[in-house]
Amino acid sequence: MSDVTPDLELDLRGLLCPMPMVKISQNISKVPVGGVVRAVATDAGSMADIPAWAKSTGNEVLQAEKSGSEFVFLVKRVK
Amino acid sequence: MSTELDEAMAKVAALPAAERTKKMTIVVMSGDFDKLFGAFIIGTGGAAMGMEVTMFFTFWGLRAIRSNTKTGDTAFGKMLGAMYGGDISKSNPSHFSFFGMGRWMFGKMMGAHNVAKLTELRDLAVTLGIGLYPCQMSMDVMEMPQESFIDGVQPAVGVGFMLAEAEESAIQFFI
Repeated sequence: MSDVTPDLELDLRGLLCPMPMVKISQNISKVPVGGVVRAVATDAGSMADIPAWAKSTGNEVLQAEKSGSEFVFLVKRVK
Repeated sequence: MSTELDEAMAKVAALPAAERTKKMTIVVMSGDFDKLFGAFIIGTGGAAMGMEVTMFFTFWGLRAIRSNTKTGDTAFGKMLGAMYGGDISKSNPSHFSFFGMGRWMFGKMMGAHNVAKLTELRDLAVTLGIGLYPCQMSMDVMEMPQESFIDGVQPAVGVGFMLAEAEESAIQFFI
């Protein structure tokens, strides 16, 4: 997935539930349809929440990966 | 992510959009710090997931949408205003209250873990367009007029309006 160039970087480090999900939903409209948001969070719960948010809102998680103590997401705006 | 969660989410995703009512109704009766926290986390989380969220505040829950103004017309009403006065920042936890010590302690602990403050979550609810409705009957009983609420609070409603909203909602909570 390293070949994907994100349109927007979001730093969600230190934020706890529900803020990582809220921030992604507030910022996804800042990229065009088909665009990708790269978000880095430290909340372990976001590994379940962000994919759930994507399924519920009809967007796509290209990557949800643990990297050390951080969680890196690539979220594609579908609509 | 667990397989169970994966399967549950796949089921939801498989439903046609029309069958998924993206609406949630929360009745907030408690004015306790911890329960208000839960209510606003669920509410703002739902709004983030694209749901139309309606929150009804009744009885002690009215504190969540109050501003720091004096209330009460009668002696009892004034006493209630004085003893149970204050806005959302004056709410105490349902356990470990200790006459305000618990509020301070939980505030410190949540601050240390960088959780959003209760007031911030409530204001975020307004920003996200969540409908915050006070219950007219509770307002009458507790002598709290519309003017004692923060900006962004909708006009007062009754149980009929709340039930009509709940009927259209896929998710309902009573907190």
